Amino acid sequence: MNDLTPTPQERTAKLKGLGTSRKRVEDARFTQGKGNYVDDIKMPGMLHGDFVRSPYAHARVKSINADAARALPGVIAVLTAADLAPLNLHWMPTLAGDRQMVLADGKVLFQGQEVAFVVATDRYVCADAIELVEVDYEELPVVTDPFKALEPGAPVLREDLAGQTSGAHGARRHHNHIFLWETGDEAATNQVIEAAEVVAEEMIYYHRVHPCPLETCGCVASMDKVNGKLTVFGTFQAPHVVRTVASLLSGIEEHNIRVVSPDIGGGFGNKVGVYPGYVCSIVASIVTGKPVKWIEDRMDNLMATAFARDYWMKGRISATKDGRITGLHCHVTADHGAFDACADPTRFPAGFFHICTGSYDIPVAYVGVDGVYTNKAPGGVAYRCSFRVTEAAYFIERMIEVLAIELGMDAAELRSKNFIRKDQFPYTSALGWEYDSGDYHTAWDKALAAVDYAGLRREQADRVAAFRRGETRKLLGIGLTHFTEIVGAGPVKNCDILGMGMFDSCEIRIHPTGSAIARLGTISQGQGHATTFAQILATEIGLPADSITIEEGDTDTAPYGLGTYGSRSTPVAGAATAMAGRKIRAKAQMIAAWLLEVHDGDLEWDIDRFVVKGAPERFKTMKDIAYAAYHNAIPGIEPGLEAVSYYDPPNMTYPFGAYVCVMEIDVDTGTHEVRQFYALDDCGTRINPMIIEGQVHGGLTEALAIAMGQEIAYDGIGNCKNSTLMDFFLPTAVETPHYTTDHTETPSPHHPIGAKGVGESPNVGGVPAFSNAVHDAFRAFGLRQAHMPHDHWRIWKIANQLGLHG
Amino acid sequence: MGKKMQIALTVNGEAHELLAEPRELLIYVLRERLNLTGPHAGCETSHCGACTVEMNGKSVKSCTVFAAQANGATITTIEGLGSPDSLSVLQQSFREHHGLQCGYCTPGMITRAHRLLQENPDPTEEEVRFGISGNLCRCTGYQNIVKAILAAAATINGAKEAAE
Repeated sequence: MNDLTPTPQERTAKLKGLGTSRKRVEDARFTQGKGNYVDDIKMPGMLHGDFVRSPYAHARVKSINADAARALPGVIAVLTAADLAPLNLHWMPTLAGDRQMVLADGKVLFQGQEVAFVVATDRYVCADAIELVEVDYEELPVVTDPFKALEPGAPVLREDLAGQTSGAHGARRHHNHIFLWETGDEAATNQVIEAAEVVAEEMIYYHRVHPCPLETCGCVASMDKVNGKLTVFGTFQAPHVVRTVASLLSGIEEHNIRVVSPDIGGGFGNKVGVYPGYVCSIVASIVTGKPVKWIEDRMDNLMATAFARDYWMKGRISATKDGRITGLHCHVTADHGAFDACADPTRFPAGFFHICTGSYDIPVAYVGVDGVYTNKAPGGVAYRCSFRVTEAAYFIERMIEVLAIELGMDAAELRSKNFIRKDQFPYTSALGWEYDSGDYHTAWDKALAAVDYAGLRREQADRVAAFRRGETRKLLGIGLTHFTEIVGAGPVKNCDILGMGMFDSCEIRIHPTGSAIARLGTISQGQGHATTFAQILATEIGLPADSITIEEGDTDTAPYGLGTYGSRSTPVAGAATAMAGRKIRAKAQMIAAWLLEVHDGDLEWDIDRFVVKGAPERFKTMKDIAYAAYHNAIPGIEPGLEAVSYYDPPNMTYPFGAYVCVMEIDVDTGTHEVRQFYALDDCGTRINPMIIEGQVHGGLTEALAIAMGQEIAYDGIGNCKNSTLMDFFLPTAVETPHYTTDHTETPSPHHPIGAKGVGESPNVGGVPAFSNAVHDAFRAFGLRQAHMPHDHWRIWKIANQLGLHG
Repeated sequence: MGKKMQIALTVNGEAHELLAEPRELLIYVLRERLNLTGPHAGCETSHCGACTVEMNGKSVKSCTVFAAQANGATITTIEGLGSPDSLSVLQQSFREHHGLQCGYCTPGMITRAHRLLQENPDPTEEEVRFGISGNLCRCTGYQNIVKAILAAAATINGAKEAAE
């Protein structure tokens, strides 16, 4: 007779499944300094590689003399484009359908570009040898402004594309033009806007920034010539894609390549791309027969590996006099740098920027994006956002504010008036996205009530009056944002990278004693996958999360997946995990039926067991079933208990949120203080509230950095002005405010557990919230638009230009 | 390349002697010669603090200390602050309060917090924020790190009071 204790509540609690703030399993090793990051890897005979980089943004490479470097004791090799050319590896394809120099082939196109790769016995010898490589450059005219790059007489950057009037994304109309990508109905949009009662027009610039994870990019490549196997450990957000690309480039069969992402010290999009350092390390290992390690330093990271944003967004938005939005037109000039190395799904050269109608029911819209080459570093990655979604959210949330000014309306009221209503979901936007679910008004009203919005506006009015009377020099800004993201790329029918559909995968093995291992095609960079994916499974299969190991990142053992970026792990791999768990449960049900000698249809699932309907004392727990799967010859059922699922999502997910930032601004110094930050997120079903809150804190802090000071800027001759942490703003604990988090929960109707993804929401929503607070503080004095970053000097300049310094 | 120097160090209670170029940085001596890979290199310019260790009772950024400067020093790294069988209060508190995500800043952050609580056993939130301002974190937004350090201080002080 089975014992019916413990109670259902106790059994559920023991699983630590969905919805519990389970403590992280990763933390034991990280808190003891026992993480295993790529630079921690040491192999016998390992060599070090590092780059000679270009000091010029545009120059012809007339000659490279590496004799002195080669003569230095400890130097094994110096590779140049001439050495890679016979292997056809001096150029490599980019994720965006362009190609990129691995090592300078005749010319350099941005400061910091890789010119030669030095391989030596240790990192110090490497650094000495780099100094000894003599490169003779002839400077060429530089263009760092994408608008000037498209002028008729602009310098020709990509000589390799001479005469090519079309590229991977259609026609090129100028030698520095990459593509024009359009969606929506331009004629209809223009017609609506021209006839509209009110039109607001503005150029919104989202400046160039960099994800700057604390760990830079790097790898260790090891060619085992005895077995013919190549192993590459590296900072890869998408290890399987790296394996496939490495196979295509090198000609080594894919089964002979093992790519491993060890622990990753933050990614934020920076570690999605394939970089020359990876290619050169692999080649160097093949040439020398020894493992070769390449680790970027911080300058290399900020100057050469993928930047983000750099979008000039010209917007026109129209409305009725009473504030009903009627149309939206947007043209973007997108600065892609020297090579188009954006990390976007193949068919979306501007990512999902056309989510730029945001949370609003806008009847007609158009987006056109012109991609442009300049003498800047390549990249264009999704820095803690889904592809170009943060640009889109910033654009629409600024346009709403500008329209509110034009209408003389409160910006919160304008939003509320135009939100897509709950009863309109699923909602198809004018630019073609099917928003799966949402309840914006509930979230918005909850947020406004939580911060006492009406009270804040009264206080602001009083402050403006006091300022005008000369009683204070501080202004109060109320920064509002209601964002809608599009994440979880994506449906194989329209989302692929290099032709590979953007599904993801999970493989589960249940061990005989009732514990399990699950392997996924994703890779955590701090998100806590080992903790949360075990929670999803615990609820699905009824084994405690503590008895489930999650493993990712080793292409020899993990099923094929497209990796972790664009908040896709939970929407795609998380769904695969639930589906694989359901396959386990389906087989377990057959086994339980045999054990209990009933028809499987007479069983029902109850937390951690199958129970005979109407006879709760007759059951088999998943632990019992696991044992039975390996210890019985069951007619018609194979031994073992394993499952694999490849999940092709039917749609994206659409997390949303309502943020309010209350900021004090000192008019005379340009300094600011975030007095209050309220963040309400709706990411659908909540897997681990503790981890969600942590993701929100982190994403908001990256948003603070971007909005309030971070930038990658270039001077007129293409010098990168922010290539160290002295010049590139990362907030410390002192500059970072305290955040209040909140939530509503609108599950995704098409995701197996209703989850939508959350890691990037706070960055997407945070940037406009901080920026709108700055703008709002000066609204009473006539400010419409001021470009980010809003550092002290630029805020001071706003005040000065508005005549507030007397 | 300079002539190698004989360097003596005591790291986590263990005495080491080694030959190092004078320009060799302490972070690489710890990581590559002594295999203490807890401290990480994040910037090599003293800004990020991932390489923080304790040297003669002070927090230092080991990426900008030459091995030669560390000759004769007593050094503690994250590996010396606790063991799998007895985690320090701070190590436990960081886990309890979700004070880490990718883990890259964590060894430096906990090592710094350890010294901070020696310098100021009962800090205010503002003092904690100021006290760790030499250590950057890209993941957590610091809120839970601050919470973890304040909670650790309370635990340590509570235990002290209980003992008295």
